[in-house]
Amino acid sequence: MSAWLGPDEWQAVALSLRVSVLATLLSLPLGILTAYALARWSFRGKQVLNGLVHLPLVLPPVVTGYILLLTFGRRGLIGGWLEDTFGLVLAFRWTGAVLAAAIMAFPLMVRAIRLAVEAVDPKLEDAAATLGASGPWVFATITLPLILPGIIAGAVLAFAKAMGEFGATITFVSNIPGETQTLPSAVYAFLQVPGGEASAMRLVVLSVIIALAAVLASELLARRVTSRTSRR
Amino acid sequence: MSLSVDIQQQTAHFSLQVAFDAPAGVTALFGRSGTGKTTVINAVAGLMTPDRGRIALNDTPLFDSERGVNLPPHRRALGYVFQDSRLFPHLSVRRNLTYGQRFSSQRPGATLAEVCALLGIADLLDRAPDSLSGGERQRVAIGRALLSCPKMLLMDEPLASLDTARKAEILPYLERLRDNTDIPILYVSHSVAEVARLATTVVVLEAGRVARYGPAERVLSDPEIVRQLGVREAGAILPATVAKHHDDGLSELTISGGRLFLPGTDAAPGQRTRVRILAQDVILSLDRPEGLSALNILPVTVMTLRDGSGPGVIVQLACGDDRLLARITRRSADRMKLSVGDTVHAVIKSVSISPVDIGTS
Repeated sequence: MSAWLGPDEWQAVALSLRVSVLATLLSLPLGILTAYALARWSFRGKQVLNGLVHLPLVLPPVVTGYILLLTFGRRGLIGGWLEDTFGLVLAFRWTGAVLAAAIMAFPLMVRAIRLAVEAVDPKLEDAAATLGASGPWVFATITLPLILPGIIAGAVLAFAKAMGEFGATITFVSNIPGETQTLPSAVYAFLQVPGGEASAMRLVVLSVIIALAAVLASELLARRVTSRTSRR
Repeated sequence: MSLSVDIQQQTAHFSLQVAFDAPAGVTALFGRSGTGKTTVINAVAGLMTPDRGRIALNDTPLFDSERGVNLPPHRRALGYVFQDSRLFPHLSVRRNLTYGQRFSSQRPGATLAEVCALLGIADLLDRAPDSLSGGERQRVAIGRALLSCPKMLLMDEPLASLDTARKAEILPYLERLRDNTDIPILYVSHSVAEVARLATTVVVLEAGRVARYGPAERVLSDPEIVRQLGVREAGAILPATVAKHHDDGLSELTISGGRLFLPGTDAAPGQRTRVRILAQDVILSLDRPEGLSALNILPVTVMTLRDGSGPGVIVQLACGDDRLLARITRRSADRMKLSVGDTVHAVIKSVSISPVDIGTS
């Protein structure tokens, strides 16, 4: 792979994979919690939360990136606090790319998982409770296994979205080779320089392969899980 | 082991005010749809919280609005069998059955093998719930509830979603459960046949109130019950003992008021049974009839006569220590000049008694 790809190109691919995997895995617990809350709980501000979750889907990515820069930048409210307390800097760092990718992918993840939660019959959870299972046990032994196909679908969608994230990422963390230059940023950069088309083309082909592989893998996983957990 | 319920619940369209005790055996909560049966059983399970009242199992309060007690369902140790079995689709039959065991701190009451034998589900253990028939699913659901070491079993119309053949398949298992374990059962049903076959205590609900309540034999042989059951379903249950099986396919049963000949039952001689005799299947005769095809002619005494809304009269009869109901026309009652205290003969066709109406006791 690295023989076929130039070192710059490889760097961008590796960074993108790392950013996307981390963005997906780190946001998954919050994604499941949010999806469950939106599907099952009734609380004040539920519509506000729903709107906030979906905001990145409807806002121009550049706007999302700029908002991230304002809040998570070194002088931003949260960014400053993160740096003072944990020494964690997000702006113009690859860690910031993870945050940008996670936020942009979050609505897709939550939507997929929420659909799965809504498909679980609450009567099954009642039945588990009458058999002695407390709330957390019901979730771990009944709800979670039954929504697993939805979680996988949501994670794959989020991963694919994170791999392709461009607008918010380039606004928030710029396009620094080796630090924040993800695959789409690299394609963009190669297209800006004369003679970069060959590199760009190789990355485009690779993007297609990764995206296809992700979709196929999720289909297989979901099929294996559903064959174990089919509804009727 | 007994359950006491005294609850009130008020919604915009419905008011529920119910109090009863469920002693050992099967307590049937009987009534048409919309009378509050499921609300009551869900309140006992903790899936619904009543406005006011108290629910206690052996003086341990599960719910007490005055003292602010409301145990969550998972701490009530009640096994609940739902109408729609609710097996967990992602777990095998075996793991469905053992699901409740890990949460129970009780000493295991029955082992997996015992429950499988009781319910005839040993061959299903490695199957997936979706591959089971309706009757099998319901038996697994009963086993799952049993294996969670419940102090009491709650059953909400467990046979309602099954066809007649599947019902007949499961009823004997429920009888075994009643007769071979000491776990009390609260059984919700709108089927008189099921109640007559299983119940030891009957609570009849009507529009959110207890309309009748007492031992099954007494409630079902009360002429007033016709109002709730309808004239075609009304009928008394008689305790009987199998005397012997005859070569011509008939079984002879001993009851307190004489002998009954019925189409062959499976029960062995000596077995205690209960027989439901529909009021409309009983003919009354002043003299002992001769030259009649009916095999069962029992001397009985008229206890009460109750006029129906139509041309019929319900006659309650003493038959030995037990009670029978007969439904005859007003015209016949007048012609026979029936009055309380008269001794007459009750005529019952053997073949009018369906095998479904003969159960163990």
